[in-house]
Amino acid sequence: MAKRTDIKKILIVGSGPIVIGQACEFDYSGTQACKALKSEGYQVILVNSNPATIMTDPEIADRTYVEPLTAEYLEAIIARERPDALLPTVGGQTALNLSVELAESGVLEKYGVELIGASLRAIKIAEDRLWFKDACARVGLECPRSQLVNNLKDARVFADKVGYPAVVRPSFTLGGTGGGIAFNPEEFDEITSRGLDLSPVHEVLVEEAVLGWKEFELEVMRDLADNVVVICSIENFDPMGVHTGDSITVAPAQTLTDKEYQRMRDWAQRIIREVGVDTGGSNIQFAVNPETGRMLVIEMNPRVSRSSALASKATGFPIAKIAAKLAVGFTLDEIPNDITRKTPASFEPTIDYVVVKIPKWQFEKFPGADRTLGTEMRSVGEVMAIGRTFQEALLKGMRSLETGKRFSMPRLPEDVLRRLLTVPTSERLNALFAALRQGMSQEEICRTTAIDPWFIRQMADIVALEQKLAAHTPETVPADLLREAKRTGFSDEHLAGLWNVEEAVVRQRRLALGYEAVFKRVDTCAAEFESFTPYLYSTYEDEDEAEPTDRKKIMILGSGPNRIGQGIEFDYCCCHASFALKEAGYETLMVNCNPETVSTDYDTSDRLYFEPLTLEDVLEIVDLEKPEGVIVQFGGQTPLKLAKALGEAGVPMWGTSVDSIDIAEDRERFAELVKKHEVLVPAHGSATTEEGALEAARRIGYPVVVRPSYVLGGRAMAIVYDEDSLREYMGYAVEAAPDHPILIDRFLEDAIELDVDAVSDGEDVVIAGVMQHIEEAGIHSGDSTAVIPPYIITQRDQDRIRRRTIQLAKALGVIGLINVQYAIYGGELYVLEVNPRASRTVPYVSKATGVPFARIAAKVMAGHSLRSLGITGEPRVEGYFVKAPVFPFNKFPLEDTVLGPEMKSTGEVMGSSPNFGEAYAKALLGAGVRLPLGGTAFISVNDNDKRPLVVSLARDLAALGFRLIATEGTREFLMRNGVEVGLVFKVHERERPNIVDRMINREVTLVINTPLGRSAFYDDTYIRRTALHLGIPCITTLSAATACVEGIRAIREGVSTIAALQEQHPVRV
Amino acid sequence: MEAILALEDGRIFKGKGYGAQTERGGEVVFNTSITGYQEIFTDPSYAGQIVCLTYPHIGNVGANLDDNEAGRPYIEALVVRDFSELASNWRAGETAEEFLRRHGIPVISDIDTRALVRHLRTHGAQRSILSTVSTDTEALVAKARALPPMVGLDLAKTVTVAKPYEWLEPSVELAREGKAPGAPRFRVVAYDFGIKQNILRRLVDVGCHVTVVPALTSAENVLAMKPDGVFLSNGPGDPEPCGYAVEAVRKLAGRVPIFGICLGHQIIGLALGGRTYKLKFGHHGANHPVKNLLTGKVEITAQNHGFAVDPDSLNPREVELTHQNLNDNTLEGLRHRSLPLFSVQYHPEASPGPHDSQYLFHQFAKLMQEFHN
Ligand SMILES: Nc1ncnc2c1ncn2[C@@H]1O[C@H](COP(=O)(O)OP(=O)(O)O)[C@@H](O)[C@H]1O
Ligand SMILES: Nc1ncnc2c1ncn2[C@@H]1O[C@H](COP(=O)(O)OP(=O)(O)O)[C@@H](O)[C@H]1O
Ligand SMILES: [Mg+2]
Ligand SMILES: [Mg+2]
Repeated sequence: MAKRTDIKKILIVGSGPIVIGQACEFDYSGTQACKALKSEGYQVILVNSNPATIMTDPEIADRTYVEPLTAEYLEAIIARERPDALLPTVGGQTALNLSVELAESGVLEKYGVELIGASLRAIKIAEDRLWFKDACARVGLECPRSQLVNNLKDARVFADKVGYPAVVRPSFTLGGTGGGIAFNPEEFDEITSRGLDLSPVHEVLVEEAVLGWKEFELEVMRDLADNVVVICSIENFDPMGVHTGDSITVAPAQTLTDKEYQRMRDWAQRIIREVGVDTGGSNIQFAVNPETGRMLVIEMNPRVSRSSALASKATGFPIAKIAAKLAVGFTLDEIPNDITRKTPASFEPTIDYVVVKIPKWQFEKFPGADRTLGTEMRSVGEVMAIGRTFQEALLKGMRSLETGKRFSMPRLPEDVLRRLLTVPTSERLNALFAALRQGMSQEEICRTTAIDPWFIRQMADIVALEQKLAAHTPETVPADLLREAKRTGFSDEHLAGLWNVEEAVVRQRRLALGYEAVFKRVDTCAAEFESFTPYLYSTYEDEDEAEPTDRKKIMILGSGPNRIGQGIEFDYCCCHASFALKEAGYETLMVNCNPETVSTDYDTSDRLYFEPLTLEDVLEIVDLEKPEGVIVQFGGQTPLKLAKALGEAGVPMWGTSVDSIDIAEDRERFAELVKKHEVLVPAHGSATTEEGALEAARRIGYPVVVRPSYVLGGRAMAIVYDEDSLREYMGYAVEAAPDHPILIDRFLEDAIELDVDAVSDGEDVVIAGVMQHIEEAGIHSGDSTAVIPPYIITQRDQDRIRRRTIQLAKALGVIGLINVQYAIYGGELYVLEVNPRASRTVPYVSKATGVPFARIAAKVMAGHSLRSLGITGEPRVEGYFVKAPVFPFNKFPLEDTVLGPEMKSTGEVMGSSPNFGEAYAKALLGAGVRLPLGGTAFISVNDNDKRPLVVSLARDLAALGFRLIATEGTREFLMRNGVEVGLVFKVHERERPNIVDRMINREVTLVINTPLGRSAFYDDTYIRRTALHLGIPCITTLSAATACVEGIRAIREGVSTIAALQEQHPVRV
Repeated sequence: MEAILALEDGRIFKGKGYGAQTERGGEVVFNTSITGYQEIFTDPSYAGQIVCLTYPHIGNVGANLDDNEAGRPYIEALVVRDFSELASNWRAGETAEEFLRRHGIPVISDIDTRALVRHLRTHGAQRSILSTVSTDTEALVAKARALPPMVGLDLAKTVTVAKPYEWLEPSVELAREGKAPGAPRFRVVAYDFGIKQNILRRLVDVGCHVTVVPALTSAENVLAMKPDGVFLSNGPGDPEPCGYAVEAVRKLAGRVPIFGICLGHQIIGLALGGRTYKLKFGHHGANHPVKNLLTGKVEITAQNHGFAVDPDSLNPREVELTHQNLNDNTLEGLRHRSLPLFSVQYHPEASPGPHDSQYLFHQFAKLMQEFHN
């Protein structure tokens, strides 16, 4: 069989913004798919609302639409582009659902677009839990007993039959949103009702729970000739009941005999054939009873997934790339294996190492949320580690997580420990080690956790070795024992902790004994064939296969696991640095430990080191490769934290000096700088004690912004209005960063905030973009909606901002990127923060301007001047580009949705248009907020907001035909100003119907609610929570509300523009 | 316990010893299968070989009564990166170490097995000694050099049964799913050159009544049993010295349907006038892509062989090449254009390995059926 020639133009749908359950793994797979299809000569049309992706770089596809991922927009794009085919399987659940929608509504047929990869029927069978079970039954495979219901009553009847615990799973939601395990009837009612609401088809599946069974996954591929191969088997360390996305997972499976594994493989083949996924990758999950071996099929994802990204990284087999080629008619045996070159892709990778994936959670950002792990995914990111043994991979994975925690844990009381073991939470891994250290028996641990004894034994052996090592000092430790420790995966830091010495002491001793890491290759074939792709991991073995070249090389440190505040944007920058430096003639070395990313695609850099981003691990690579420079500027806080120590170790650092970075981060040094250059900053102080803080705040004046130093994403940052709140804050924040003081700033209330990105070569500074936030200062820049160019800032202020940015870049001797945050307050320009490094906004600015600033910055670091790169001035921006954040509140149902200085969003989208209102509305739509075109707007604003702006807002809404209702105070204020408004009761006013009733009755189409101050938060959180729950747009700032009005107006006027990036920036592309 | 693996070219690996306290010699080869170590231990084709398993954790699921391919392990010794002292699987009856110790087989673990594999990949399979009793490396290398080379070695003769016996058991999978095969429809005589029991089980599954006979059984004696088909098994060593079997096949060809696997395939190749040769480091694993040249489909196959049939040595007018290895294009299967005879180099019975090629057993049944009619 061969490539199809009857199709020429292929539409690929991306996965949109990063959300929990759908992260940058789809940038990785989408980018691979686009590249693969383009290289085969197809014209690729890409739609993805997420500007922070590599896949939306203009050179990846032929036409790139950064437009909302909705059926309307896709139809418009299809009508405009007339593609021959749609590949629905590389953009996660989002793309799959949209493709189904387009197919079912007849759009695909109307425009003659063929679904390739998976047919509508196959997608539906795989996605509809009941159809899927039927399909399994048809080929003789067993699934848990279950029933699909569309109301609570039927659900109860079935649950009573199968008994509790029971699993509730909403149909067609992402990452299991809205599902859960109910242990009793009360819980069951709650989860079922929520699930019914969240399911787009108002349907849930109630299922017999098989908690504690072993959970496995197989990554399967099929081609049009019906060849089926298994790429990777994955065993979940956490048994059934914890979502695979929240489980520690291990590849390959460790506790299956060949008979059992082959049976699973046979089942997988039968399933993929029966479901009828024509080509591409699928993920199939199984549960196995540890006592009897009875096996059940849990689910299938007929598309590439988070697990397939992991499997690709774990084996070196690029599933998405191959899947794309299979979709256009190639068969597996026609595609070469990139790594061995001589062998075909029609084989099953075999590995001679162990891969461990550990999720990263951020419950600390959502204090109200329940930390229990269940059937719904909660983690925001993950790390992968490769080791020659499970122990080594596990320990490498743990240090990749950057939890900041030491390996040792305080002794825990028996009951606390037992609870931590029984109820799975983000703390369970640490608790397991604690239990072993405290002498709990392995049998008992297995009994309480249902984790396989083999894993527990491995961990017990680590603890036993730890105890043996602890009896020594760096001087007395026998060489063999130290070797064993390193071979087991102990880091120098871990050993230093055991011996209570500096890490450097351990390192010295280790090197004196000649124990250095060696590097082995990921080669898909366990060394049976020669490998041509330097995809490497470290281990402590005899033979090193790194074979460093003698080319000029540069090392780029990645950004580690995704987390809120440090995500795909930084990976985007790292990839660009790599592309740019390759162009500039360097060999590029990428170091990263995040399996979801494009940066850890072995195609991205010349050499990939899949390693933890710790000082030790980085130094081992530096010692081997001896790069000309190391770049820490692009990976966010993770590499920056290493900068100082790397510099001290004599590693050549490129770009802005470590010292300048320190000036920007260190409050005192920064204060000196601003003083010297007469830069206005908010009044500020710092304190290490509660008294000190109170005193500083008194001097500065309330309200104040408080935060621990050296944090990213505004972690533990708060706005404090009075002394009591400050006392309360000091109580928990000091714990957040014990070694660092608390910083206190005057809170510039109601100020306009702006972000500026610029690039400097040491001589010239060029502004990349000025972004105006829609929300006022006080809402973290990562959480606010922003627009390029600024839309209500005077030219004079803009000029001041540009001059100030240039001045700061020069003062800090920036080589590369710089980001400055400003607030305009009382007519003055304040600097809130200076980051002499790549910021979160770089990809957005690049997409808005069409200039790849990260690439330019990398070249500048390599010594090119901006002028020589043709970058002489700030790019002119045509039209408006609005960035909007996306929040994970639906995953944390107890959490208030109000925004503040601590970042909570997981991702972003961009909307663009010649018209600001439309750009804004499109950005919101991309972020999942569909502005109403009419109906009833509910307004409830705080006292500060009871000012003319709210009046004009209300008038505008009324003019657009909205009926207005408001709570008492707001209503009074508006009526006084001549606006006709109806009254609505708050819940505590005890009159019915109250606002919640009205929302539930779907009377309200828009909520404008601005809370202020701490106490107010608690008052009306229920309003926002109800809005979230019911999917009613809820706006929490007046400025955003004003922008909404413009958006609504634009949509109502029927302006509807779509444009490809390649059209928006024709010259630069 | 310390252990040493000494290669004939002088390369030494030092590690931890497990299993029996002893010294064993053989050709060291590597197998890349992730699962199925017990089946590998007990595959008689490994007679005369020390096996290095490339997957680092071996022993995790212990050993059980169902997963044996023969009455005892046949590997000379085992080389691994990590050997599990704990058996974690509901079917496990003992640990892998207990199993090997019971059968006198030594293990070396904690060595850089990947370095060994790369060494073998570059320098080819090597004679070597694994010792858990001596640390005299020079002496061990000398002993390795004194071992007989694999080329020219007839090991089939040493592992075959002494007396014929009947085999009645179906495969484990079928037994578990409760589907018993129907009454036997074919009488099959299986030559035992080191036969894996899963071949016998698969034959039973497709309706065969199997009589296993010693390697040296003459064609006349086989024909006297009036079989519907003859099966030629896998086995260890070089096919060339097995002249007796080649002779028997020549006499049987055309008179009764024949199916050969692995060594059986090589013997058929020789009987058809072809030539066999030794591969550099052989094929040992469960992930080899084989293309069925008749259907164009790719099968993922289990393989375990150090020798291969040279396709150019076969007469294309008589012999049709049916299967090809996609990794290195070596010959994986053939059939005679006019006589009822076919064979494959790989292991359709799997165990360990994927079940993609089970159809070959049905094909054998069909061939017997057609021949009968
Ligand atoms: N019947 C069940 N009993 C116990 N746990 C279950 C059951 N079904 C699913 N789970 C758990 O819930 C997780 C999510 O379920 P899954 O069907 O894979 O949904 P998703 O589409 O969200 O991945 C699984 O990984 C598994 O751990
Ligand atoms: N003095 C201040 N007055 C008003 N808002 C502030 C002030 N300082 C910080 N903020 C708000 O807090 C957000 C986060 O602060 P920032 O210093 O940028 O932290 P991070 O390092 O996490 O980006 C800013 O985007 C801004 O909205
Ligand atoms: Mg799942
Ligand atoms: Mg900031």
